[in-house]
Amino acid sequence: MIINLRVWRQEGPESPGKLVDYTVPEASEHMSFLELLDVLNEQLLADGEEPVEFDSDCREGICGSCGLMVAGIAHGPQKRTAVCQLHMRSFKDGDTITVEPFRARAFPVIRDLVVDRSAFDRIITAHGYVSVTTGSAPDANAIPIPKDTADEAMDYATCIGCGACVAACPNGSASLFTAAKIAHLGLLPQGEVESPQRVTAMVNQMDAEGFGDCSNYAECEAVCPKGISVAGIASMRRAYMKGLLSG
Amino acid sequence: MGSPVAERSQSPRLDSKVPSGRLQEKWDIYKNSVSLVSPANKRSHHILVVGSGLAGASAAATLAGLGYNVTCFCIQDSPRRAHSIAAQGGINAAKNYPNDGDTIWRLFYDTIKGGDYRSREANVYRLAQVSNNIIDQAVAQGVPFAREYGGMLSNRSFGGAQVSRTFYARGQTGQQLLLGAYQALSHQVSMGRVKMLPRREMIDLVVANDRACGLIARNLITGELERYAGDAVLLCTGGYGNAYYLSTNAKNSNVTAAWRCYKRGAFFANPCYTQIHPTCIPVSGDYQSKLTLMSESLRNDGRVWVPKDPKDSRAPEMIPEDARDYYLERRYPSFGNLVPRDVASRAAKKECDEGRGVGETRLAVYLDFADSIRRLGEHTIRERYGNLFEMYERITGDNPYKTPMRIYPAVHYTMGGLWVDYELQSTVPGLFVLGEANFSDHGANRLGASALMQGLADGYFVIPYTLGAYLAGTRQSDQVTETHEHFATVEEEAGARIDSMLKNKGDKSPTQFHRELGRLLWDHVGMARNRTDLMSTIDAIENLKEEFWERILVPGSADRYNKNLEFAGRVADFIELGSLMARDALRREESCGGHFREEYQTPEGEAARDDEAFADVAAWEHTEQDPALHLEQLSFENVHLTKRSYK
Repeated sequence: MIINLRVWRQEGPESPGKLVDYTVPEASEHMSFLELLDVLNEQLLADGEEPVEFDSDCREGICGSCGLMVAGIAHGPQKRTAVCQLHMRSFKDGDTITVEPFRARAFPVIRDLVVDRSAFDRIITAHGYVSVTTGSAPDANAIPIPKDTADEAMDYATCIGCGACVAACPNGSASLFTAAKIAHLGLLPQGEVESPQRVTAMVNQMDAEGFGDCSNYAECEAVCPKGISVAGIASMRRAYMKGLLSG
Repeated sequence: MGSPVAERSQSPRLDSKVPSGRLQEKWDIYKNSVSLVSPANKRSHHILVVGSGLAGASAAATLAGLGYNVTCFCIQDSPRRAHSIAAQGGINAAKNYPNDGDTIWRLFYDTIKGGDYRSREANVYRLAQVSNNIIDQAVAQGVPFAREYGGMLSNRSFGGAQVSRTFYARGQTGQQLLLGAYQALSHQVSMGRVKMLPRREMIDLVVANDRACGLIARNLITGELERYAGDAVLLCTGGYGNAYYLSTNAKNSNVTAAWRCYKRGAFFANPCYTQIHPTCIPVSGDYQSKLTLMSESLRNDGRVWVPKDPKDSRAPEMIPEDARDYYLERRYPSFGNLVPRDVASRAAKKECDEGRGVGETRLAVYLDFADSIRRLGEHTIRERYGNLFEMYERITGDNPYKTPMRIYPAVHYTMGGLWVDYELQSTVPGLFVLGEANFSDHGANRLGASALMQGLADGYFVIPYTLGAYLAGTRQSDQVTETHEHFATVEEEAGARIDSMLKNKGDKSPTQFHRELGRLLWDHVGMARNRTDLMSTIDAIENLKEEFWERILVPGSADRYNKNLEFAGRVADFIELGSLMARDALRREESCGGHFREEYQTPEGEAARDDEAFADVAAWEHTEQDPALHLEQLSFENVHLTKRSYK
C-alpha cells in the first residue's frame, strides 16, 4: 500500500516547526505505525535527508515511550492501543496521515516528534509512592486484600505514563495520570496510610508543572491505551478538597 | 586459545569468593562476617548506578535508603520505562502459600537443574533464600499482585517446575514490580538522596588506580559528554539479546555499557548462553523492527501442536484431533506443554525444519486454547490472559479466542554477561554488575519468572551487603574526582569514536548493519550451532566490522538528539560482541541449556552435556589480539549432576 505522511518537523524547543509531506510507496498492512516511520527514515537516510526523530522503546505498548498524534488523535484511531501497536491495517491504501508530537504546555518539544515528559516524574516524586524502605516489610499475606479491591487498584496501576491523556485534553490536564496513581495506592491498605498527604502533594505538583485543570471532557479516558477510568479523577478532586478544608 | 590442558584448569584471576560452610548457611556466614560502613561514612560515598530497571532501581533506592549518595542514569526519558517493564508472566518465590510442597531447596534445585548445571550453587541458593523477601517488599510498596477471593495472594505454575510458585499481576508483572521499584526510587529522589539523570547513555568506564572510579555518559538531548566520578559503579544495564537485531528486547536495549567495561578489563562470561523463548509472535516481513513475546504462562492453558501431515492446509479449527500432533505432550509426558524454554524452542524448530510449520511463512506452530475455553469458560481465560490475547489480536489481526495463536521462538534473554563473584563484583574492583547484565544465576538456561526474581534480589537484598564490604576496604586516598587525567583521556577516546562515525559519510545505515549481524547470529549462533558454521561466522563478522567502519552512514551532528548516532555506536559494539558469542559457542564442545551444538546430541535429539570437560564458566578477557580465555571450574557439592529429563 502507498501511504502519504504529513510529519511535524522541528529542530529544537525554540525553533519554529512545520508539517512536511512524505510518501512511503511500499507500506504493508502488517507493519506497525512505528515500523512505517522506520521505513520512512531509512528512505530519508538514503536520500541524504535528516530522519524524523521519535521516541520508542518496547514496541509492545507497555513502556509508554512512544506517543504521537496520528490523524489528530493521541496514539491514532484504534481504541486502547499505543501507537507502537497500531498497525497499518487500520488505514487504507493512498491515505494521507498527519503525524504530530503530543502537544501540551508542560510537554515542550525536544525535536520533531520527541517531547519532554519529565513533569510526570516530578509528579510521582512529589508523593506517588509508599514510604517504605527495603527490609521493613511484613509477610506478604499478613494483610488480606479483597480481590475486587486488588483488581481495581490494578486497573489504575496499569497506567504506562505515556501522556496521551494530557495531549488529548483541551486543558492539557494531567488529572488522569495523577488520579490513576492516587487511586492505585489509595485503594490498598499499604498506600492508604499516606493518602491525604499524597493527594495534596501530587495535585499541587501537577499545578506547578503547568498542567491545566479538569473540566470533565473525558477525552483522556477515550485515548488512554490502558482504558483507565475517569472515575479516579472525581475521587482525587474530592480528596483534595477534603484536604484543603481540613487544612 | 592455549593448550587444552591449560584451558581446563581453574584461572587464578577468577576467585568466586564463595564463603565456606554449608550451602544453607553460606549467606548468613557472609553477612555475619562482612565489614559494615557506618552511617556517617555512608553519606561520604558516592555510588553510580547505571540503569533503572528492576536491578538498577531497586539498588539505587535501597542504597539511598541506607544513606549512600546515589546518582542513577537511564537511557529512556524516564526511569519508569526500563525494559523490565515488559516482563509479563510473573516472579518466582519459595513462599509455599499453596502448600504444594515447595521449599527454598526446591526453588534452588529447579533453578540449577533448569540452568543445566552451569551456574554456581552458592549464588543460586542465595537467590532462592531471598526470593520470599522480594514478594514481601513488593506488596509493602503497593504492587497489586493477583489475589484469591479470600484476599490472599494467588500463584500459578511456570515452566520447569512442578509446584505453583509464581506470583503475578495479570500479564504485566514486570510493569508492576518496576513501578514499585521506580516509586521507591522516586521516594529517595524526593529526599534528595538520589540524583536521577534520564536520557543519559554510559559510553565508557573510567578506571584509575586499578579501580572503577567513574564513567563517561552522553547526554542524549544535548549530545554533551559528561564525566561522573564515584566510589563504585553498579552496572544494571540488562542483556545483549538485541545483538540478533530481532528479539523481544526493547529497541534501546544494548550492550554498549557492558562492552565498554569489558574493554576496560571486566571479563565477559558465557556469551554464547542466549535464551530463545518458545512463544513469540512470528516474523511477518522484512520491515520487522522487533518481536513480541507471548508470556510463557500461556502454556499453562494452551496446547502446542502442528498438523501431522505437512501438506494439511486446512484452517486449524477444521483439523480433527487425530490429525494433530501435540508434540510436547507426546515427547515429554510428565512436563508436557510446561517443559523449559530451551526444550520447547528446539522442539518447535524441529517441527518447522521437518516441514510441519504453519502459517504463511511455515515458521510457526499453533498454541491452542480451545480445550481450556471448553473446560474453564471464556471468562476465566479472559481473566487470566485477557491483555495478552488483546495484544496478539492487535498485532496479527487474529482472535485467539476463536482460532489458535501462531507462535515461533525468538531471542528473549541472555544468561551470559559480565563475570561477577559472589559479591557481584566484576574483575575490575569497584565495578559491580547486577541483574541480566551479569552472568551469575541462570547457568545455560533461565527458567520463566526467574529474571524478575534475580534483578530484584541483586538490587534489594544482595548489593546492600556486598557493596559495603568493598567500600569498607577502600581508602579516602583512592577517591578521584572528575578532573583526574583518566577522565580526560577516556572522554577524548569516546569523542573520537563518535566523530569518526559521523565523519565517515558512507552509504549504509546503522539499521542495515544491525540486520546483517542479526541474520548471521540467528542463523549460526541461534537455536542450533555447529563448528563449521561458527568458524565461518567469526570470519563473516570480522568482515562486517571492517565494512562498518568503511561504509557507516550517520546523519546529523553529535550536539543534539540523534537516534541514528546512538544506534551506530551500539551496533559497532554488538558486532564485536557477536564475534565473542561465536567464539564462546565454538569453544563449548557440548550442548547445554540454550547452547545446542549439533555435534553433541543424544540419539533422541536432546542436548548432550559433557560434565567432565565443560562444567565451567568461560570468562573472556579483552586483549589487543584474540580474547583470552579464563575458566572458573564449577563444583557441585550439593546437587548430583544428572541428565536433565522432562519426559
